[in-house]
Amino acid sequence: MVRFLIRRVMLGILVLWLVTLAVFFIFFDLNSSGPESVAHRLGGRQATPQTIKLIEARLHLKDPLPKQYWYFLFGYPGQDVANGPPRNHGILPIGGSPHFFHTPDLGYSYINGENVNHKLWIAFPITFSLAIGAAVLWLGMGLLSGIWSAIRPRSLLDRGFTLTALFFYSFPTFVLGYVLLLLLYYYLTKAGHAWFPAGTYIPFTSDPWQWARHLLLPWFTLAAVTAAAYTRLTRGSMLDVLGEDYIRTARAKGLPERRVVFRHGLRAALTPIVTQFGIDLGSLLGGAIITEKVFSLPGLGYEAVAAITSNDLPVIIGVVVIATTAIVAANLVVDVLYAVLDPRVRLH
Amino acid sequence: MTVGDIVSATHVPDEGPLAVGPEAARKIEGRSPWQLAFERLRRDRAAAISLVIIILIILMAVIAPVFAHLTGHGVFEQFRDTGLSVDGLPRSPRSAFLFGTDDQGRDVLVRVAYGARVSLIVGVLATALTVSIGTVIGLAAGYLGKLVDTVLARLIDVMLSLPFLLFAISLASVFQPSLTIVIVVLGIFSWSSVARIVRGQVLSIREREYVEAARAMGAGPWRIMFIDILPNVLAPIIVYTTLLIPVSIVGEATLSYLGVGVQPPTADWGQMIAEAATYYSVAPWFLIFPSLALLITTLAFNIFGDGVRDAFDPRSDRQMG
Amino acid sequence: MSINADASKSDGDVLLRVDNLVKHFPVQSTSLFSRNKDVVHAVDGVSLEVRRGETLGLVGETGCGKSTLARCIMRLHDITSGRVEFEGRDITRLSTGQMRPFRRDMQMIFQDPYGSLNPRRRVGSIIGDPFSIHGLADGKERKRRVQEVMELVGLNPEHFNRFPAEFSGGQRQRIGVARALALRPKLIVCDEPVSALDVSIQAQIINLLADLQDELGLTYIFIAHDLSVVRHVSDRVAVMYLGKVGELGEVEGVYQHARHPYTNALLSAVPVPDPATASDRHQIILVGDVPSPIAPPSGCRFHPRCPKARDTCVREEPDLVPRLGDPPTHVAACHFPVADGEDLADSKPEIGADKRIVEEGLVGNV
Repeated sequence: MVRFLIRRVMLGILVLWLVTLAVFFIFFDLNSSGPESVAHRLGGRQATPQTIKLIEARLHLKDPLPKQYWYFLFGYPGQDVANGPPRNHGILPIGGSPHFFHTPDLGYSYINGENVNHKLWIAFPITFSLAIGAAVLWLGMGLLSGIWSAIRPRSLLDRGFTLTALFFYSFPTFVLGYVLLLLLYYYLTKAGHAWFPAGTYIPFTSDPWQWARHLLLPWFTLAAVTAAAYTRLTRGSMLDVLGEDYIRTARAKGLPERRVVFRHGLRAALTPIVTQFGIDLGSLLGGAIITEKVFSLPGLGYEAVAAITSNDLPVIIGVVVIATTAIVAANLVVDVLYAVLDPRVRLH
Repeated sequence: MTVGDIVSATHVPDEGPLAVGPEAARKIEGRSPWQLAFERLRRDRAAAISLVIIILIILMAVIAPVFAHLTGHGVFEQFRDTGLSVDGLPRSPRSAFLFGTDDQGRDVLVRVAYGARVSLIVGVLATALTVSIGTVIGLAAGYLGKLVDTVLARLIDVMLSLPFLLFAISLASVFQPSLTIVIVVLGIFSWSSVARIVRGQVLSIREREYVEAARAMGAGPWRIMFIDILPNVLAPIIVYTTLLIPVSIVGEATLSYLGVGVQPPTADWGQMIAEAATYYSVAPWFLIFPSLALLITTLAFNIFGDGVRDAFDPRSDRQMG
Repeated sequence: MSINADASKSDGDVLLRVDNLVKHFPVQSTSLFSRNKDVVHAVDGVSLEVRRGETLGLVGETGCGKSTLARCIMRLHDITSGRVEFEGRDITRLSTGQMRPFRRDMQMIFQDPYGSLNPRRRVGSIIGDPFSIHGLADGKERKRRVQEVMELVGLNPEHFNRFPAEFSGGQRQRIGVARALALRPKLIVCDEPVSALDVSIQAQIINLLADLQDELGLTYIFIAHDLSVVRHVSDRVAVMYLGKVGELGEVEGVYQHARHPYTNALLSAVPVPDPATASDRHQIILVGDVPSPIAPPSGCRFHPRCPKARDTCVREEPDLVPRLGDPPTHVAACHFPVADGEDLADSKPEIGADKRIVEEGLVGNV
């Protein structure tokens, strides 16, 4: 078990390392004719020659690439200067600062001078609220409809659920988002029923009720397009399990159907669902790009898209790094859950 | 979310091969599995209807200039007088503009028709690229094994755990946005799920005696992979391909919606929706028609893809892959 | 270890020589998370020779390593150690590309007539494979030669365009024979070519193989677990047990004067057509299953199941040499060979129960 965990952690670290390599390659090497263009890219469209010079000096863009990559990970050499962009300590939490350990430094926006760490720290709770609520919703919808379908396969209800699932699966997220916005927000509000407010984020700490109300539409959008996959996954997994011999045995010995389905069936069917859930939740925690953009929720994904538009590369790099870390962490949690849920894994 | 999780079709082929009479059964004997699959697909009403819709969409893309000709509205043409209200806002559907106009006074109907071209071209080309890369890598990983497999399987894992959209927009943001970039980006980030499925299939096939027989005959690895193994993994590849097309179409629309895909003034559904977003309260038609076009297209492809899967594997009521 | 030097009178006769061949498979442990370094000793030091024009039978229980040996000879498996020579040339470590010219001379017929033919390819292209792989014939010429071979093995050449699924098991095996025969090889390794077929069809295929041997001067290695089939087709026979050769010799010598208790046990299990003699016969029932090839027994590998086992058998591995005055061509690896007329059913092992596989109320299989 311990060895297994160590291996998974090593694997996660490997993935993260490859991601830093990929991010560095994309932004510091790809399609850049000489260091000039990297500085231009980082400085944004309105960058003055002085800014470009400053960026070049700060990020040592004239140095060979491997050296730049090293700085990127472990911090850039030099001292902090007054009125200049602060020195970057590197995206790894070690090295590059007077104290060996430090918070990963995502750098500094050369366009508006904002600290990227700070910016994303503010954005994260919004993404988190969105992801958690939606995840609860889609897991509930997916599990319930999936189990129901599996108990009565090919019944009218089953067909209804699968048809609905297929319908919502085919919805591009932003299309569904706008449809809901138009029907449930705009028309309802115009008709005098402001049940579903939209367009603002109310922090949970200031008013939990308003927090939830304002997030209802984005939650539902995200949940509806994702739940479809869970309906199908649950249905398939349950059908497989319910066909097993031990389920027939449980029925044969006279256990109530409810107990057979939930105690014996669902438990075994849960494994693939847990895996998928971990991966989906993990990738959402790095920003629900489209939903956040449609509903103007300034979470990680929204910031990333805004950064793309204004060419604010440090923000994009920051979100990519956070998102990958979230996915890797989620995979790790799933692996551990596996070991806890499945006695077969625990044995070894 | 991968294509493998796609919802199954609701329809169950009404007459399965077991339901046909003994006479028909005798006739079916001797047909290749492909013919059987085709036969089942032909009997599937939902798939037939969706195929008709797909053909209509293709037709719309092909004859898009006819729409422009009949209405007299060019795809880039701005009708500042007739197409915009006094306040400079889009005008609602009327006889001159059946789907209304957009924020620049252009005909939404003509632009929706032209938008089908981009969607279909990207959908097909990106899928082709994805499936080609995935198949070659899956075959190599599964058949060559050992170090090649270790490295490729790890690569597949890594690709699957990348935040697809973020990486896609990062890549797309570094280059000048273009159709080619969109296709390449979609291909690069989607091949891993195809590769995973192909690899799994190959792992079970490469132990078969006919592969051993080919080796005993002196066949090299490439010949075995492409002549002996590939035909036997073609069925899941075909099923996956049909299910990937709508995913690629949505992928393209999403990138264009986010501003890193097809650039204005090219008519594109995703980009039209992005432009319409600001006007959704005053000009819902501008939002609704491209949205509807996109939804109908993906829905039709998904239903058809499900039909194809059922046809190839009638038992696949369950999950695939 | 190696068989008696006198056995091979002149080296020119020897088509294939296998010297001390070892094949170990690393075991993939069943659990995902612990790494196991066990190896399966599938073939553990086998030496034999196959002479031009003869049929060497290879018998043994399932899992004794005979198929692995065949695949090592065909270089379908990498060889752990030892040496394989074909026509005097060492092919042990040749790469796939270097092996290719040899494959024109050595071919294989597989056990499963369903699994060994690619279901997605037409018969013509399956049998034509050898020609296209070796670049020997194209287009019409290839088709002509494929149909020639089809006729030779008794298939209707007009069925060129059919899929394997449209043939019966026996016909499919003929397709397999045709494919192996296409390039007129010198050696054909037949890996249980008839064990998946109906008994009535087995005879057809065996006769076909025999006819082809006469006609084309082929050399066979014939693997089977059916001793009567082997006796019928082979000139010489090698009995394998747990990755080693237990007894080797001319067919009649081995069948009439079986020296190894294991050979005796196998022979006694062959059904006899006459019920009168059958009831007379003492059948030797072996106890337990074949031990795991992951941890093979010490000394003589047969000792845990052998009715004649003594302490020597646990300690010392017997050499493969002529026993009890047998001719030099008949060798057996047994410390206490069975004399003619000796009844093994009366023997009691003289080693402790801890070293044996003890009967657990069930009759062990043979």
